[in-house]
Amino acid sequence: MVHTIKHTQILGLLLLILMTVSCERDISEDAVPATFPTTAEVYTDNPVGLTDEFFISFDPAGGANPEAFGTDDNEAYLGSSSIRIDVPAPNDPNGNFVGGIFKDRGDGRNLTGYDALTFWVKGSLTGSLEAGFGTDFEIDEFPVSAFIDLATDWRKVIIPIPDPSRLVQEKGMFLFAAGSFDVLGDDNPDVATSFDDNVGYTIWIDEIRFEKLGTLGQGQPKIFNGVDETLETFSGSTIQTTGISYTANLPSGMNQSVQLSTNYFTFSSSNPNVATVTDTGEITVLTSGEATITATVGNLSADGSLQITTTGDFENAPDPTLPESDVLSIYSDFYSVIDGLDVGAFNNDGINIEAQTFNGNELIEYQNLGFVGIGWNDTVDVSGFTHIHLDVQRLTSGSNFIVELLDYGPDGIDNGFGDGSAGGFNATSQMIDEEWVGLDIPLNSFTLPTGAGGAGNPNLNNIGNIILVSNSGAFLIDNVYFY
Amino acid sequence: MKKFLKKYITAFIMVPIFLLQACDLDETQEVVTKNNLVWADEFDQDGAPNPQNWNFEIGDGTEQGIPGWGNNELQYYTDRPENVKVENGVLVITAREESFQGSNYTSARLVTRGLFEKQYGRFEARIKVPYGKGYWPAFWMLGVPETAEEEWPQIGEIDIMENVGDEPTIAFGSMHGPGYSGGESISKEFELDGDRFDTSFHIFGIEWSPNRINYYIDDKLYQSLTPEDVDEETDGEGVWVFNDRPSYIILNVAVGGNLPGNPNAETIFPQSMVVDYVRVYE
Repeated sequence: MVHTIKHTQILGLLLLILMTVSCERDISEDAVPATFPTTAEVYTDNPVGLTDEFFISFDPAGGANPEAFGTDDNEAYLGSSSIRIDVPAPNDPNGNFVGGIFKDRGDGRNLTGYDALTFWVKGSLTGSLEAGFGTDFEIDEFPVSAFIDLATDWRKVIIPIPDPSRLVQEKGMFLFAAGSFDVLGDDNPDVATSFDDNVGYTIWIDEIRFEKLGTLGQGQPKIFNGVDETLETFSGSTIQTTGISYTANLPSGMNQSVQLSTNYFTFSSSNPNVATVTDTGEITVLTSGEATITATVGNLSADGSLQITTTGDFENAPDPTLPESDVLSIYSDFYSVIDGLDVGAFNNDGINIEAQTFNGNELIEYQNLGFVGIGWNDTVDVSGFTHIHLDVQRLTSGSNFIVELLDYGPDGIDNGFGDGSAGGFNATSQMIDEEWVGLDIPLNSFTLPTGAGGAGNPNLNNIGNIILVSNSGAFLIDNVYFY
Repeated sequence: MKKFLKKYITAFIMVPIFLLQACDLDETQEVVTKNNLVWADEFDQDGAPNPQNWNFEIGDGTEQGIPGWGNNELQYYTDRPENVKVENGVLVITAREESFQGSNYTSARLVTRGLFEKQYGRFEARIKVPYGKGYWPAFWMLGVPETAEEEWPQIGEIDIMENVGDEPTIAFGSMHGPGYSGGESISKEFELDGDRFDTSFHIFGIEWSPNRINYYIDDKLYQSLTPEDVDEETDGEGVWVFNDRPSYIILNVAVGGNLPGNPNAETIFPQSMVVDYVRVYE
């Protein structure tokens, strides 16, 4: 299903332009920008103006089932034929979901005169379908899609176009994706086997076209989920605009929300000296001060914003001074990072773990820290070292900070304190709010009992985790190594 | 729209039948014939609505003997600028979600009663409505009682425009009288083609003559009612009361209750009904 660009067509267009221009010395005042066809229909009883193999599947390597797509001459909302999608069951050897795009066969269409993509759809079961437009597998500049609940009779679907003026040359005419039907309503993305009891079913789609309805209203874009957020941060940090969506009210009175590309948005900063924002919503904080990031789609102001207060330059923890040959590094940009590092191998509910980068140096921020295990592949033998080093910055005034070491024992498995052992060291008294503190803890100082039941004074031959414990404090962590 | 709307659905099933039988509108009929302006409020003076034109009905209807204004409506009407004001050339009636005098919503209801009352003529207003489940904006008229004993529906009610917020392309015009009131009113929906009532202004009007009321939206006549229609609709039980007396004008935004249903989580507050003008012609 690989699509090849029709070079001959592009050549033809170039020739045409060349000829037109060469007729006159200056561009005529009558000249208008080239416009592309405004064909509305995408599929009626046949594909309209689409590529020869008009369905282009998502990559089968990713599980897409290209065999599940076809047309049906026995079912149609209107006329004689419809698109038939046989949504595969989870165990289908050809792939466990179906999806792809329809693409314009020419150089794209001018959709600026339309306000919606519409089609009729029904399912053999009341499953759901993701559908939209704007994805062409080339530049994917203006994707829009929505999740549609199916009925077992024909229903008309209206996908609002957030800002039609953007779509002067769009090739992505239609996109859909559907997965198996969750009969018992027990699908859990974290449990692969929860999908095993799902079933396949059939979806029919007909009369796909762009329309100028005039009955859509109350268009409302959102950034940051429509919330006016505040953030205190340092210069040098970067933040991606998240929580973007667009909702329009349909003539039925229902609100229809769509997912959309950041390319529909125009982002702006109230103070570009303090923070800048790119066309794709990436915010870079430059210097101390205040700036608010807002956005528009067309002439509609987005709900939600980010008010940034910059407290000044962020100072990274000082670089370690020991040569790498003298240390066993767990986490540091200065040294290598241990294989299989997991900065949240286990942790309390409600913790927020984030990697942040300031001036090219990555560090870890833990917010609402109760406990977190830092883990890696296998275990390490640190009996030949005398200390562990951590750079720690406390962000919440007065919060406790305890470091624990967990030794898995000779079996190398985290299976309790039969052969394992653990101990803790309370570093709270050494913490200074909002300043880096270099902790250098002697390995024979982990004498405290641990929260999980370790008795203190752990063995050092099979260390599997460094555990950080607090009372819901927030901390920055960098440069963790044994020496 | 005043009371007893529990049989609303029945009424709407009956309306189309009635129209097929009795309302063959003449395609050549003119939408309006009365063009001599006799009264208007253009809402050109910022501030409170002109007290020479408008009184307020305050409260939740309890004082009037009809708590919830007869329809289990949820709003408490006030004359505060938060709920009603004139600015930038328009009247703005704003429904808010707030705890006030035991109600969870506030809004406003303006009446010309005692200030401007008139029988017959062309009554029209240019209006944009709010949207979302639970909103119930209206532009309507009630007859002036001649004695304290006279009550609705004897006094007659002409609903020039009603809309429910979850049907943004539909407005409806109705009449209520003895034998055809509340859910049994005579009513017709008008659906916009390619436009909505909450995103642009539209003109809602009636032309009221002896023995006839014509309903129009923008340049489209969509309902014409006569005593014969009332007879047919009510099997001869109903009485045409619109030759009896003058009526006054009402503008309001109700929230919730029997007709629109109550607001849901997606309903956005505050929102306003915006009135560009009210004009009366003979």
